Amino acid sequence: MAEDRSPTVLRIDGGREAGIRRYFRAISAIVWKDLAAELRSRELMSAMLVFALLVILIFNFALELSVRSVETVTSGVLWVTFVFAGTLGLGRSMAIEKDRGCLDGLLLVPVDRSALYFGKLLGNLIFMLVVEAIVLPLYSLLFSVNLFDPRLLLVILLGSVGYSAVGTLLASMAVQTRTRDMLLPILLFPIVLPVVVAAVKASNAIQQSLEMATIWPWLNLLIAFDVIFVAAAFMLFDFVVEE
Amino acid sequence: MIEVRNLVKNFGWKRVLRGLDFRVGRGESVAILGLNGTGKTTFLRILATLSRPSGGSVSMAGQAIPSQSIQVRRRIGVVLHQPLLYGDLTAEENLRYYARMYDVQSGKTRIDEVLDLVGLEMQRRELVRKYSRGMQQRLAIGRALLHTPDVLLFDEPYTGLDTDAVIMLDAVLKDAVSQGRTLVMASHDLPHAAGLVSRIDILSKGRIADSISCSEMPVGEMVLRYKAVTHG
Amino acid sequence: MAAGDANRSMEPMPILLKVLSGFSVALFSVALYMVWFYAPREVVMGEVQRVFYFHVAAGWVGALAFLVTAIAGAIYLLREESRWDLLALSSVEIGVVFILINIVSGSIWAKPIWGTWWTWDPRLITATIMELIYIAYLMLRQGIDDPRRRARFGAVYGIAGFISVPITFLSIRLLRTIHPLVFGGEGGSLAGSFNMEPPMFLTFMISLLAFTFVFVTLLWHRYRLQLRAEQLEQTKMKLLLE
Repeated sequence: MAEDRSPTVLRIDGGREAGIRRYFRAISAIVWKDLAAELRSRELMSAMLVFALLVILIFNFALELSVRSVETVTSGVLWVTFVFAGTLGLGRSMAIEKDRGCLDGLLLVPVDRSALYFGKLLGNLIFMLVVEAIVLPLYSLLFSVNLFDPRLLLVILLGSVGYSAVGTLLASMAVQTRTRDMLLPILLFPIVLPVVVAAVKASNAIQQSLEMATIWPWLNLLIAFDVIFVAAAFMLFDFVVEE
Repeated sequence: MIEVRNLVKNFGWKRVLRGLDFRVGRGESVAILGLNGTGKTTFLRILATLSRPSGGSVSMAGQAIPSQSIQVRRRIGVVLHQPLLYGDLTAEENLRYYARMYDVQSGKTRIDEVLDLVGLEMQRRELVRKYSRGMQQRLAIGRALLHTPDVLLFDEPYTGLDTDAVIMLDAVLKDAVSQGRTLVMASHDLPHAAGLVSRIDILSKGRIADSISCSEMPVGEMVLRYKAVTHG
Repeated sequence: MAAGDANRSMEPMPILLKVLSGFSVALFSVALYMVWFYAPREVVMGEVQRVFYFHVAAGWVGALAFLVTAIAGAIYLLREESRWDLLALSSVEIGVVFILINIVSGSIWAKPIWGTWWTWDPRLITATIMELIYIAYLMLRQGIDDPRRRARFGAVYGIAGFISVPITFLSIRLLRTIHPLVFGGEGGSLAGSFNMEPPMFLTFMISLLAFTFVFVTLLWHRYRLQLRAEQLEQTKMKLLLE
């Protein structure tokens, strides 16, 4: 009882636990804000979705996709679609922060900068996953391939995590340059390439129903890349938003 | 409350602030005036922890900037040129978002209070995108006051406000100072600022070139002195 | 501290740099001589094999240059002294040229040996990706006006790029490779592999050394030039302000 009244409990920062609670509260506030704004305008999701469908449509003509030939290229087509649609989403999600000076608003908040990174990362990831959740069944329907393999879904999740991790960092950089949207894919694609390669390979192996022994190395690689990229981006994010 | 010693800020090779000294006590209110481009905004952004000083020391209530910025951020309320609001959210949602970010206790009542204070309770469910410039500025002021900060850092807060809102903001600022809060405001309207704050600091050539106590001098004389300092 | 840098660059060229420049030119001439006249003609591939000496050396210098960029970038982020940023930038500019030499010389070699200018081999892809990353680095810098932000973003991208390059290589390496492994490994059966005789090995090592010296010399000169450019900018600003 006496301890409760001690000054350490009463200081402005609160205890360690309060700090952690604040940290997660900030992350969830950012995600909530992104989702609420998106649910209202639906600009980002609709643009991503229409774009994704157009990419698949173009592939259909470019590669003469038919139900019979589609098996071998499915994972490639899907990942190109996700990557392109993802860039669109990342650019837009960061542009919103830049518009009315909201980036400054984020920086004024009394939490560790990494909370801002994880908040934006989660928001971007959710957008990407929603688009994927719509594209996948549509693709299955259009080309009569079964894509509902839990292992494939896992690969898509892991690939999207790595992609969003690098993407969130580089998009916050691109949005602060003069060339903005034009620059993002140029910055992002060469760096995120290992994630895409591993994801395509893993998806391909699963698609061709190879045994787990051939799939595991790619899965492990993907997990390792995710860890490396999230850690690196998390450490570098501070320098990108500071002035 | 705020102590700034020998503050230097460079943008590349351009020296914006050159050894600026500045002190404000608790409950004091200061307006900073100066020609365009003399670094008023830069100075406020440094106090707001948004911009790192290139040299010198800055502290607020004994906490150093930038090393203890997180603690400092908790006690400051900031208004900048841009409103820092999301266009696709309503006024209420914007405040709810910031209330969560600042971990404001009993956020709902506080949001109602703030909306009432800045006179936007009728338009609380409208999208900020559809707000006029003045309404956005009102909401920006509300956003800055939401977490009841000790120190108000306002960069030309009167821009875009109609007469009603000017009266509202005058009252809000006077009230805040009378409650012992500290105000630092960048301004370009000397007569108006003189009626509001206790001290006027003139920023020129990267330093506080002159400091005038508002109770000691009539406004006309202040204007002359301001001209002499900035153009002399 | 920044003014101190600028003053130093006003001094005439340091003696060490003069000596280094002379030595690099001499060593490079020796390497050139050895490649053309000392190293024996490779039995299977013939004269075109001589490309190999500079091809590998250029690749090595490119990788070294980007390592310097990543390290200089990290130091910049910690200290915020503009000279580290100038060093990182100078190193990228040189690295991009050398990787281009590496890719082009590899292509010249590949045509007669593999029968094609280009093949999708991990090393070729990685070299190309690396080139693209650092061209993106230069484009990023172009798009930013504030020098401090330009330096910070450059440092961040230089570090992220350098983390990405080896794992790109690793991930593509898991596919099959046809690029010859010159040292060790079971590359003997791949088209274009050969056993190095002692004179060849000596020539190779001298080329590597010569390129490294050329790199250091170029980097130093380029860095001095960048410092002067920045100093000029500073003088201009001063004159404008006063």
